Amino acid sequence: MQVNETNKEFRPQIVAFCCNWCSYAGADLAGTNRLSYPADVKIIRVPCSCRINPMFVLKAFGRGADGVIICGCHPGDCHYTSGNYFARRRMTLLFSMLDYLGIEKERTRLEWVSAAEGQKFAETMNSFVETVTKLGPNKRLEDIRCKRS
Amino acid sequence: MQRIGVFVCHCGTNIASTVDVRVVAENLKSEPGVVFSAEYQYMCSEAGQKLIIDAIKEHNLGGIVVCSCSPRMHEATFRKTAAAAGLNPYMVEIANIREQCSWIHKDKITATQKAIVLGRAAIAKVNLNAPLKAGETPVTKRALVIGGGIAGIQTALDIAEAGFPVDIVEKNPTIGGKMTQIDKTFPTLDCAACILTPKMVDCAQNENIKIYSYSEVDAVTGFVGNFTVRIRRKARYVKEDICTGCGLCTEKCPQKKVPDEFNLGLSNRRAIYIPFAQAVPKVATIDPDYCTMLKSGKCGVCSKVCGVKAIDYTQKDEFVEEKYGAIVVATGFNPISVDKYDEFSYSKSADVVTSLEYERLMNAAGPTSGTLLRPSDLTHPKTIVFVQCVGSRCNDERGKSYCSKICCMYTAKHAMLTREKYPDTDVYVFYIDVRTPGKGFDEFYRRAVEEYGVHYIKGMVGKVIPHADGKLEVQAADLIANEQIIVNADMVVLAAAIEPDKSARSIGTMLTASMDTNDFFTEAHPKLRPVESPTAGIFLSGACQGPKDIPETVAQASAAAAKVIGVLAKNTLKGNPCVAHSDEQMCNGCSQCEKVCPYGAITYVEKEYRNFDRTTIVRRVAQVNEAVCQGCGACTVTCPSGAMDLKGFSTKQIMAEVDAICK
Repeated sequence: MQVNETNKEFRPQIVAFCCNWCSYAGADLAGTNRLSYPADVKIIRVPCSCRINPMFVLKAFGRGADGVIICGCHPGDCHYTSGNYFARRRMTLLFSMLDYLGIEKERTRLEWVSAAEGQKFAETMNSFVETVTKLGPNKRLEDIRCKRS
Repeated sequence: MQRIGVFVCHCGTNIASTVDVRVVAENLKSEPGVVFSAEYQYMCSEAGQKLIIDAIKEHNLGGIVVCSCSPRMHEATFRKTAAAAGLNPYMVEIANIREQCSWIHKDKITATQKAIVLGRAAIAKVNLNAPLKAGETPVTKRALVIGGGIAGIQTALDIAEAGFPVDIVEKNPTIGGKMTQIDKTFPTLDCAACILTPKMVDCAQNENIKIYSYSEVDAVTGFVGNFTVRIRRKARYVKEDICTGCGLCTEKCPQKKVPDEFNLGLSNRRAIYIPFAQAVPKVATIDPDYCTMLKSGKCGVCSKVCGVKAIDYTQKDEFVEEKYGAIVVATGFNPISVDKYDEFSYSKSADVVTSLEYERLMNAAGPTSGTLLRPSDLTHPKTIVFVQCVGSRCNDERGKSYCSKICCMYTAKHAMLTREKYPDTDVYVFYIDVRTPGKGFDEFYRRAVEEYGVHYIKGMVGKVIPHADGKLEVQAADLIANEQIIVNADMVVLAAAIEPDKSARSIGTMLTASMDTNDFFTEAHPKLRPVESPTAGIFLSGACQGPKDIPETVAQASAAAAKVIGVLAKNTLKGNPCVAHSDEQMCNGCSQCEKVCPYGAITYVEKEYRNFDRTTIVRRVAQVNEAVCQGCGACTVTCPSGAMDLKGFSTKQIMAEVDAICK
């Protein structure tokens, strides 16, 4: 009973990195169309998914994020022609390494969302938050010195 | 640490109704570095901007955070505001608390908390902002118009008139679009061909306009002022520059059973064809799906009869690459397929037609030469039923939720023209509502009812049953008399909803232009920037943005042209100052960044450095060409020594944002 209650109260901390050209616009479109997704998702705008340094993801987990999602343009549609391919390679490596370290691979996700896919953005965020909520809080990489009060 | 000012916008009630703006402003005031915080109803208004300017001056602010709508909407506005107060425009950060907060959350407490976190992240970032200065890039003074319908034609003509070269890419063998298929236009009932074909000829003759017919946009790269577009010129198996359009081949071709798309399959054409007599360019095209020569290598009749030897069966798709300063999307619309509507028996009876098919049947250049005949037995119909809103304002998955806007008017036009030509015909129109806003539109509809005696009945048609004697039993409800009625009709005309052209989505993706859930292109601002896409340098013209009639389309087309001219008239555009920068002291010369740069903006130079022991060494270090760099940041992540960083999105700034969000 108690377990259930704590589970109910748990709201995950989700950091979403969105590229400026596709996914951030997709998120805006979700807003314009009033397609709701949980407030746990906080978006950080980057020019391209290839700007996302693996360090940012590690930092987020270190600071107590429970999930990190990276959104970029669909393959072939990158505003900078090839940035999302770099992101895909880097993140594939990083995510499998994190999985090895005990950050379940469900806590990390790479998704392609175009500027026209407000619906997909909202759906992706809803499903990601649901998955991470089921997993519970991330403790594996959390820096105990900056524990959330 | 900067002296930071925070400005929270109510956006009327858009933000203030779900986010407690006062609490946000108060909370953010205690953030490190914040010396001033205020909220205001409309930060983007003149008074709001004045508030910002005064605060910057009064409190000597070094950086500002505006908690408002998306930076895609008003970042530029607030940068100008900062510049007006003497602050570097890049010392501004936007916290998006409308699109990404107030509009998607309903609970005021969670929305307010999220808004505070987003504001905190922006404050953390602006603390690390540095003043930036934008470089300038030259503008390619040529425009591209995708789609050669009335929207594309009007846009191209207006741009060409201003003296700029413009190219039209049209996927069909001729320009002209849907308007070529229309007989008469409401509300003046002037002939569509008479007002359209001169414009098509103008396009062909204007030396500033180049038409790529039977071509598609294949790839787009670049940015406003400097787009590079690859155009695929589909093989038409006829040399376009040699063909005179005499039409002999189209008479001699033995393949006669090809459904003519210009007449919507109501008649047949040959495998080699010219879509219609006034086509521009007037050049024959071979349909590879039906040509026996292309399919089996046997025939070659067209090649034999062609006097100028224009037929070339070996033609392949060609690619043309061209540079443009601005791109206009004018991809238009299509009526939806009504096959899904079993109750109207469209697929069962030839006498149930769509409105566009009816348009062809009424057209002097149509399959019946303008005589209204039933497609099944070629007799004059005596009773015609028009069904409105087929798929429009419809909430199931077969139709569209929006109003297609033009159907009420063209149905009134069809009904009126039918009664005028054949006064002995009974005409019924079943409608949900009659929507006729527009200059002279309601008068037009009333004329159909009052002068021409068209029977307008409020109610929907439930079922159309084709009988063996050729009659169509129309079962409908009369909502005003509140009774079920049956009309025995000879023809039923369905006003099908309109939807964006199928090519729109792939083009939108190539251009990274936003689209709504119905695949209509979205405008940068629904009221104030109605012809611009949120993506800089992309403009919208005509029905690709939403259902429109011809006057509206032409108005929007000219508006888009004016916007394009605004871009092309500039010699240079302010570039993006958020470019990569290499710290030469840290660079180890590994060349990793050079390999990942998609623009070749990074070069290596040998530089002399003084060591601590006063000796001199020569080191190989990376240098970024700021005019070429587009600021993607690929190099910053690949750099093993951390020498590369991106201005405006530096590693430290993003780390600070992560920190602020996860606090």
